[in-house]
Amino acid sequence: MPTWKDVRADFPILHQQVNGKPLVYLDNGATSQKPRAVIDALVKYYERDNSNVHRGLHALSMRATDAYEGARARIAKFINAADSAEIIFTRGTTESINIVARSWAQAHLKPGDVVLTTEMEHHSNLVPWQQAAKASGAALKYVPVLGTNAEGGLDLASLDTLLTPQVKLFAFTHISNTLGTINPVAELCRRARAVGAVTVIDAAQSIGHAPLDVQELGCDFLAFSGHKMCGPTGIGVLYGRRALLDKLAPDETGGGMVVNVTYQGATWKPAPERFEAGTPHIAGAIGLGVACDYLDGLDRAKIREHDDGLARIAYEKLSALPDIRVLGPKGERGGLVSFAFPDVHAHDVVTFADEDGLAVRGGHHCNQPLMRKLGLTSTTRASFYVYNTAEEIDVLVASMRRTLKFFRG
Amino acid sequence: MSADLTELYQQVILDHNRRPRNRGRLPTANRVAHGDNPSCGDQCSVYLQLEGDRIKDLSFDGSGCAISQASASLMTTQLKGKTAAEAQALYDQFHQIVTTGNAPDEMSDIGAFAGVHTFPARIKCATLGWHAALNALKSDPTTVTTESHND
Repeated sequence: MPTWKDVRADFPILHQQVNGKPLVYLDNGATSQKPRAVIDALVKYYERDNSNVHRGLHALSMRATDAYEGARARIAKFINAADSAEIIFTRGTTESINIVARSWAQAHLKPGDVVLTTEMEHHSNLVPWQQAAKASGAALKYVPVLGTNAEGGLDLASLDTLLTPQVKLFAFTHISNTLGTINPVAELCRRARAVGAVTVIDAAQSIGHAPLDVQELGCDFLAFSGHKMCGPTGIGVLYGRRALLDKLAPDETGGGMVVNVTYQGATWKPAPERFEAGTPHIAGAIGLGVACDYLDGLDRAKIREHDDGLARIAYEKLSALPDIRVLGPKGERGGLVSFAFPDVHAHDVVTFADEDGLAVRGGHHCNQPLMRKLGLTSTTRASFYVYNTAEEIDVLVASMRRTLKFFRG
Repeated sequence: MSADLTELYQQVILDHNRRPRNRGRLPTANRVAHGDNPSCGDQCSVYLQLEGDRIKDLSFDGSGCAISQASASLMTTQLKGKTAAEAQALYDQFHQIVTTGNAPDEMSDIGAFAGVHTFPARIKCATLGWHAALNALKSDPTTVTTESHND
């Protein structure tokens, strides 16, 4: 079992200086860095096995197909899907949610129905539902977020009135990318199921940070991106329960997803191929499989302890700064903290932090309605992963103090 | 603090950020335009009182980083009394300054924004208010976004 300090050696990118200071990468909520093993897997694939999948009978194509389908099985195991056919490769969380919003919603939503989501969703789990609601005539409703700094999380009591039999779909995030709130997703799935609603979990911020078991959660769909869990960009997953996927029409059509094509029409393969028209991101899928191996090697329960622990330390230390608003729960939280100062804008904070070698994010975090509700236009966010250390939080806090001193005098 | 950062956050800029001039909705305005930076959420509305071709008075309102707010504030002090053509010429000079870092000596105030050129991501912050003002002059009711402009 490696120590957390050893983990840093696995990530080549971390060993550099930015603006003359050692890089402190605290923008993992946006994208994580990649371990050597994942980078090597991409190189190996392109140097030795590169070929198109599924339709080739030659050696390279068979190797590429085995590796690609092997990655699918690996990812199924990573989230404990019952069947690897439940793993659809996509470009990322956004595409995964859009597939459900278009394929499922088109077939099932009608005027009078309700799509339920929450006030803390990333735009990628909000705008697709607005579009689906508009297209179908269904209503879109939101579970409120409680507290002036959203410290109260979701208003679970409101579910008694919001979760009616009219609700056909309930979409919610596992961990808020802006607040760090960990939602009780298993309970939300259970309550949705009780009224017959289909559930969609946005796992973009939780995947790779904690153990995740789709059967235990009891969700119908779950979406995540590879690049936030040590995998390559451009690859993600839509998990869907087999029984639902088999009834869904394809979103995109073309090669690779058809059984029989005539000049008059076509018939579809079952899932997952039905949802993977065209040549997929083969290298990306293989890299994502290797990322699963890497994270399980570190033990995801320990990763959760590490990341969430850093976030709690950061919450405590940042809260001591004068006139700061730290968002989200006071106690247990996911591995990120976002905060705002009334007199110093997040972009000025980020510019100063960059000078200290710190990579943090400033802005609305694709969460404009929530920002507006909280009376904010932007926050600064520090988000943690396996290679971050408690010393780096001290660098962050020192940088904030320096910035405040400059602007406040 | 690095020379680049000192150059970016000049005293003039900090002063306008702390004490913005001509902030708020101008009651006598007959033109208004709104600007957005979608990627960062900065917003700026510019209110103009045009008399013929001349800006009799103007104000701005909005939220954003020190660079965007100070730039909009300073702009209001520079454009008062100018014709549309003069305003465009001043913007052209300002754009030169923020993209090249070369500020002529006589441009003392807006020359303070020369430091922006070493931070290309911030050029759109500095030009947001100006874009809104120029659109108000053209009476272009559409919301401007600096994302799709060549800054």
